Amino acid sequence: MSFLEITRATLAKDIRLEWRSKDAINAMLFFALLVVVIFSFAFDPTAEESRRIAGGLIWVAFLFAAVVALNQTWARELRNQVLDAYRVSPAPANPLFLAKAFGNFIFVSVLEAVMTPLFVAFYKLRVLGPAWELVPIALLGTWALVINGTFFAAISLRTRSREIMLPLLLFPISIPALLGMVNATTAVLTGEESARFWIALLLAYDVVFTAASLLLFELVLEAE
Amino acid sequence: MKRGFTLLALVTALLLSFALYEALIAAPTEQTMGNVQRIFYYHVPSAWTAFVLFLINFVSSVVYLIRRNPKADLLALVSAEVGVVFCTVVIVTGPIWARPVWGIWWAPGDIRLTTTLVLWLIYISYLVLRRFSTSGRTPVVAAVVAIFGALDVPLVYFSIWFFRTQHPSPVIGGGGSLDPRMAHVLLINWAAFMCLAWLFSWTRYELEVAKRQVEEAQALESLLEGSR
Repeated sequence: MSFLEITRATLAKDIRLEWRSKDAINAMLFFALLVVVIFSFAFDPTAEESRRIAGGLIWVAFLFAAVVALNQTWARELRNQVLDAYRVSPAPANPLFLAKAFGNFIFVSVLEAVMTPLFVAFYKLRVLGPAWELVPIALLGTWALVINGTFFAAISLRTRSREIMLPLLLFPISIPALLGMVNATTAVLTGEESARFWIALLLAYDVVFTAASLLLFELVLEAE
Repeated sequence: MKRGFTLLALVTALLLSFALYEALIAAPTEQTMGNVQRIFYYHVPSAWTAFVLFLINFVSSVVYLIRRNPKADLLALVSAEVGVVFCTVVIVTGPIWARPVWGIWWAPGDIRLTTTLVLWLIYISYLVLRRFSTSGRTPVVAAVVAIFGALDVPLVYFSIWFFRTQHPSPVIGGGGSLDPRMAHVLLINWAAFMCLAWLFSWTRYELEVAKRQVEEAQALESLLEGSR
């Protein structure tokens, strides 16, 4: 099987599993909803203030919710020794990793698509800057969370208290990406400054860590 | 080897005492900041020492992944641990210096302090991973995480650099030239701190070697008992 075929097959399998069980997406959606509701009680801002803080609130909510899905990525493969079977098969490691990353990208994107309207309603948001820029920010930002999240989920697979290990590894590394997403979103919402630099930073982050993940994933898979 | 260790300990003690005298008494008092500025001789050398140790951690992690030499892994572990200790000194002395000089404990826009904080967080997560890992291949996984952490550093630096241009931050030192006598004291302190870091790393290295030998012996023992 070629690289693309393995990626496609694994991705299709993961989406089918998720479609039938809805484990990750339901937990993630409800978690994100809780965060939005709690934030709306914790901060009761005016329209002008909410524009300034909404970027931070949205991305922190997505980051927390994404961890819920990321934790399930590989844990699912431990049952019935699927990961061991994959390791002894002649298939290379990278298609598996890419399929997992794409799968998480789709799940987190669905979450964002559902949650963004809620945020807009709760915080009475109105975009003052160029709104189309939110599309590349969302795509690049989600990939930034998901690429390292998928990688570190594989690393934290064989640790004690696995579920807490993932955020401990992911959050410090993600700080520049988070700065990028939050400031780019705030720049577009307030329309006061350009988001160009932050989009470029997100792009650089994505390129660097996608390359690093693809180079090093094989080592992690064989080390599990 | 034991003689070398004693010699290093002696040199470190002498250098540290001399550096303390130089920093607190011999160095000239700074014009605007006064005596508070003397924390500079602890803050900056600690930061440089921590950065050198993190660099050693990165290089030995790469070497470990290529050569699979257990010594490289030991060096990576030890340099990260001692690096975190010196980095903690930086993080603690930074606010103590900032409070009387800038009037605030912490400046989120200050590029050096914030980058150091993120670096500190990354290496703590590295150490937590090493402690929590249950797989037999901890060194490989840890080396991979160390490389990811090192790749993150320039991105952190640039993001905070741009963050600063948007948010007002306190003026730092004016970037003016350093009095040659102050530079002299700074370098003496750095030399003393590097010796101290070397001493710590050496002790920690030997301890870790002994610990691994004990673990191996215990594993062997239980194997032998099992076969009996």
